[in-house]
Amino acid sequence: MTRKQELRSSNRRVVLMTGAAVVLMFGFGFAMVPLYDVFCQVTGFGGRALQSTATAPARIDEDREITVEFVASVGKHAYMEFRPKVAKMKIRPGQYVQTSFFATNLNRTPITGRAIYNVAPAEGSLYFHKTECFCFTEQAFKAGEEREMPLVFSISPDVPDNIKTISLSYTFYDKTANNQVAQLTTQGE
Amino acid sequence: MSEHVATHDDHDHGPEKGLMRWVRTTNHKDIGTLYLLFSLLMFLIGGAMAMVIRLELFQPGMQFVDPQFFNSMTTMHALIMVFGAVMPAFVGLANWLVPMMIGAPDMALPRMNNWSFWILPFGFAMLLSTLFMEGGAPAAGWTMYPPLVLQTQDAFPFLIFTVHILGLSSIMGAINIVATILNMRAPGMSLMKMPLFVWTWFITAYLLIAVMPVFAGAVTMLLTDQYFGTSFFDAAGGGDPVLFQHVFWFFGHPEVYIMILPAFGIVSAIVPTFARKPLFGYSSMVYATASIAFLSFIVWAHHMFTVGMPVAGELFFMYATMLIAVPTGVKVFNWVSTMWRGSMTFETPMLFALGFIILFTIGGFSGLMLAITPVDFQYHDTYFVVAHFHYVLVSGAIFSIMAAAYYWLPKWTGNMYDERLGKIHFWLSTIFVNVLFFPQHFLGLAGMPRRIPDYSLQFADWNMVSSIGGFAFGLTQLLFCYIVYKTIKGGQKATDRVWEGATGLEFEKLSSPPPYHSFTEAPQVK
Ligand code: HEM
Ligand SMILES: [Cu+2]
Repeated sequence: MTRKQELRSSNRRVVLMTGAAVVLMFGFGFAMVPLYDVFCQVTGFGGRALQSTATAPARIDEDREITVEFVASVGKHAYMEFRPKVAKMKIRPGQYVQTSFFATNLNRTPITGRAIYNVAPAEGSLYFHKTECFCFTEQAFKAGEEREMPLVFSISPDVPDNIKTISLSYTFYDKTANNQVAQLTTQGE
Repeated sequence: MSEHVATHDDHDHGPEKGLMRWVRTTNHKDIGTLYLLFSLLMFLIGGAMAMVIRLELFQPGMQFVDPQFFNSMTTMHALIMVFGAVMPAFVGLANWLVPMMIGAPDMALPRMNNWSFWILPFGFAMLLSTLFMEGGAPAAGWTMYPPLVLQTQDAFPFLIFTVHILGLSSIMGAINIVATILNMRAPGMSLMKMPLFVWTWFITAYLLIAVMPVFAGAVTMLLTDQYFGTSFFDAAGGGDPVLFQHVFWFFGHPEVYIMILPAFGIVSAIVPTFARKPLFGYSSMVYATASIAFLSFIVWAHHMFTVGMPVAGELFFMYATMLIAVPTGVKVFNWVSTMWRGSMTFETPMLFALGFIILFTIGGFSGLMLAITPVDFQYHDTYFVVAHFHYVLVSGAIFSIMAAAYYWLPKWTGNMYDERLGKIHFWLSTIFVNVLFFPQHFLGLAGMPRRIPDYSLQFADWNMVSSIGGFAFGLTQLLFCYIVYKTIKGGQKATDRVWEGATGLEFEKLSSPPPYHSFTEAPQVK
């Protein structure tokens, strides 16, 4: 091989290797999405409560009481009313509790929406178990429909002592309205 | 297939005549020149936007521009300065210098080199055209956080495609530099003999290859969230806007090192020349650069201390960030040791290099303050952050580019620049860059938020001082344009060595200016 051909083939090798690295890193950017989910589940980062199906009554910690606060709000472009049945309650770790939220569709058309939740402090989300929640699935509403939506949850007795209050907040997003209204506002401007 | 492909460097003639020379050129010197001139143009455009920002902030109240346009100015200023001025300037320097420093006839992939430059003007034309679009130019900050950035109107897809183009250009440039350094070194030029500028660029190129694709991925996700119904960052669909910040800063922090490592290389070339002593601790410099590059991948969340991370995360990112100060400190001490007992003279490149060392260190200190998680809760998104990154980028990266321009311009053109004007340029720049940015520390500590066109009365005095510094600094840079123009046109002839203490192949083996095709015969390096 002449020096020139040699150079050409080593250049090609560098381009291939670095090109592969580029493709790999482009993929890594997207891989960060599922990685982030795993990370959140492990650390409680992002305040996502655990979804559990276990209903076996756990040990109930009779010595402690934790205040759970409920917050409800509606997302941008959602024309709905959304409120918790009670604003807060005191429960014991290990106890299973049922409560509910009320949502009303104020539109004259049917809508489909979904409630997205968040637990604060984020650390608390590691001990917050939901066995039944309206947020697990999408919710369809007829025009003007009002509905009571149940929630069953418990807080694990392993919850550290420094957590005295946990707030669970929901935001209801109207998937159907989102695009229409967004389009309307851009056109209107 | 390759037998009848006559590559350009086979010809022994000079450049093609006329304008097409610049369009078709594959010569590393031509492309270096194109990059540098383009960067200067972008510096002026981005600078004009900075003048608009300082004009509006000259006094409290709303004076000249509406808030939306103000936000467009901060966003466009940052994008243009980062991707249009600083990065292309370093790539231009690499084009000019890397082949000459390692004894190579040209870059390894000259055709690709031409492409990586020529897609840039199109990218920026596209970005600038958004100024005239319905809804205005992007205004959500250069960090493009959703959901705010999704409110960008017609400009949105242009913003995303601009980022793609700039990313592509940088990646091609980086691949070229890696290939050149790995395959084109003259016999005897072992890796550990390479000048530090080559080393720092070698490492920077790897950073670019690693993080530009991640950035491209992040903005692609923004694009599909906006138009194709995905919800990577949309809470309504189960996504998380904070995730964008993680992806962005995974790119963003290495990006700030991409903008400073080549500067370290430049200063490491200039200080020994004017101290007339070899660089102190060459190999520790190489290792320090490599460790900075490595650490830059594990500190990104120091930009997001306030998003509500678990305490363990906050602590990890705080300590990891502070760790970077160690290799950075090694560099500063090495430069100081190089000067220690040297016979120093203070020509303009040396002045800019010294200015760099002092002012960059100030920026490093404010960075350390920001790295302290609990206090960052107060400083975050205030003018203190603005002061920090302008010390490291303007009096850091830009000063190093100025130093490089004065240092190598006589080599490139064969003409000496006007030393008296150069010194004036240095002193005015140094005085006014401090008048401009030092008061912003006070403003930030007192709580003035960044990216807001109006402020409350107690911030009035320092803002006025800062604006005056800004206008004066801006005007001073016109002097630089004049000096460069004058040097290209003519002037006292430079010797081949240019500087008494200069070392390196480009000074020892090549004439000033160097022939259009240099090192067609590889030099022997001892
Ligand atoms: C000792 C070295 C450094 C440390 C410890 C450091 C630390 C930090 C921290 C903690 C922040 C986030 C502040 C906040 O948003 O609250 C920050 C912001 C920033 N730093 Fe540094 N930094 C260092 C060096 C650099 C260098 C060398 C550059 C660039 C050449 C740089 C460019 C920036 C930029 C551009 C931002 C602001 C980004 C934005 O929010 O728009 N920093 N730095
Ligand atoms: Cu950073």
